[in-house]
Amino acid sequence: MTEYKKPLPRPTATSLPFWQAAKRHELQIQHCTKCGAHIFYPRDICPECLGSELEWIKVSGKGVVYSYTIARAPTHPAFAEDVPYVIAIVELAEGPRITTNIVGCKPEEVHIGMGVEATFEDVTPEITLVKFRPA
Amino acid sequence: MSLRGKAAIIGFAEMAPQKGDGDKTPLGIISEVARDAIADAGLEKKEIDGLLTGMAIGDYSVLWPSVVAEYLQLQPRYFGQVELGGASAAGMVWRAAAAIEAGMCQNVLCVLGDTRSTKATGTKPPPFPRLDAEFDAPYGLIAANPGYALIARRHMYEFGTTPEQMAKVAVDQRKNACKNPAALFGQKEITIDDVLNSRMIVDPLHLLEIVSPCTGGGAFIVTSAERAKRAPHRPVYLLGAGEAGGHCGITRARSLTTSLVKPAAEAAFKMAGVTPQDMDFVQPYDCYTITVIVTLEDAGFCKKGHGGPFVWEHDLTYRGDFPCNTHGGQLSFGQPGLAGGMSHVIEAVRQLMGRAGERQVKNATIGYVNGNGGIMSEQCSLVLGIQ
Ligand SMILES: [Zn+2]
Repeated sequence: MTEYKKPLPRPTATSLPFWQAAKRHELQIQHCTKCGAHIFYPRDICPECLGSELEWIKVSGKGVVYSYTIARAPTHPAFAEDVPYVIAIVELAEGPRITTNIVGCKPEEVHIGMGVEATFEDVTPEITLVKFRPA
Repeated sequence: MSLRGKAAIIGFAEMAPQKGDGDKTPLGIISEVARDAIADAGLEKKEIDGLLTGMAIGDYSVLWPSVVAEYLQLQPRYFGQVELGGASAAGMVWRAAAAIEAGMCQNVLCVLGDTRSTKATGTKPPPFPRLDAEFDAPYGLIAANPGYALIARRHMYEFGTTPEQMAKVAVDQRKNACKNPAALFGQKEITIDDVLNSRMIVDPLHLLEIVSPCTGGGAFIVTSAERAKRAPHRPVYLLGAGEAGGHCGITRARSLTTSLVKPAAEAAFKMAGVTPQDMDFVQPYDCYTITVIVTLEDAGFCKKGHGGPFVWEHDLTYRGDFPCNTHGGQLSFGQPGLAGGMSHVIEAVRQLMGRAGERQVKNATIGYVNGNGGIMSEQCSLVLGIQ
């Protein structure tokens, strides 16, 4: 197996549940029990109401492409072999937006508003990235 | 209380951007432009009692303002670092004015200098924000290019903005650069086709729509309106300023297409008591072509979404009906690391002092500057004018 050279996330105590869920191929985000906000990325308090009662919830993994770019040149040397690849912002059905890649279709087929669903890529034994594919 | 007319820029100096690393360190650049700006303002070094500087990618450490003060043997009574990325230079103007108005100091040196890489110093560049590294970088959303491509794509989707309209910004600004001997890319004009046929980097942004990193820097001196009366050049007064922030990574921005320029510009125009239509020229931060379009919309020069048709229908050159980035903008002048936003402030001052040479906008008395940092994350709008 070749070494994975692309940037990897370094989970913190705050974000660990998200990455642990990803490893189980589940998409979990935080939910504020006080104001009802759905929160991503993970935080220590709710950035909307500043409440501290946050719970982790499993979400649908469904969303739409909010915007995207097709990288025709690598945005980092380690992505050179992936060109062209799609970097996207997906708006989850629950509200928050998430940075991701759109996979499972040709880059030219991606469009804003396209329905997508989460798919999980085990890139190292420790880390699973959350990507999206056409729903 | 308002800062309107309370302080003025009375001198400046700018290093012509260099394509490569050059042999100077950021401190070398900073000290030379600082020296020249102090002389341009008709001041002596001992009269400088305020210092605002900003992070240099080419020489990154803690305690940077003290390093700069020590290097130049300044003894500031007010000093610090303005760390607003490309908005740092614009952010310095009102901070200097506020410090002067508050009685903290009299003459503030505002200075930025940076190198293309860390080669000259052997230092480590500052890291990207940790949360961007955790949630954006693993997917290739790294540095500015893809972030602005996401903005451009969404703008095209919402408003029908075309690649040709975006390219027009680069084409007109290049014409301005051809009248600026200091510009990095001022030798030859370009066409819309040149831009659209240049290499696609992050779709929809082509190579000629993206700034080229380089080495350079600039400095200006802010003093009180009272002291400005004795300056050798025509003083350029701060008439209005506004600032806005709220996100770092573009995924967390509330909107991709309506930017924080809106509140920043509204505040600046309100303080100045003028409207966008009163401006004789604009110097909007231009890391990418789309940045100019979004900025012009949100600052109120045209309706939201009409930025594409607006730049297409107007002549953005120094002799046109809407002079925009008359030095060539960073797209053609060059973007020296984190010092890039200096060029917009200095060009505005140059125009208002009547020192822009061949590219002088006729009868320029008031202009708009916008500094933009990060991925539309930090906005500082200024209205500058002569009295
Ligand atoms: Zn809440």
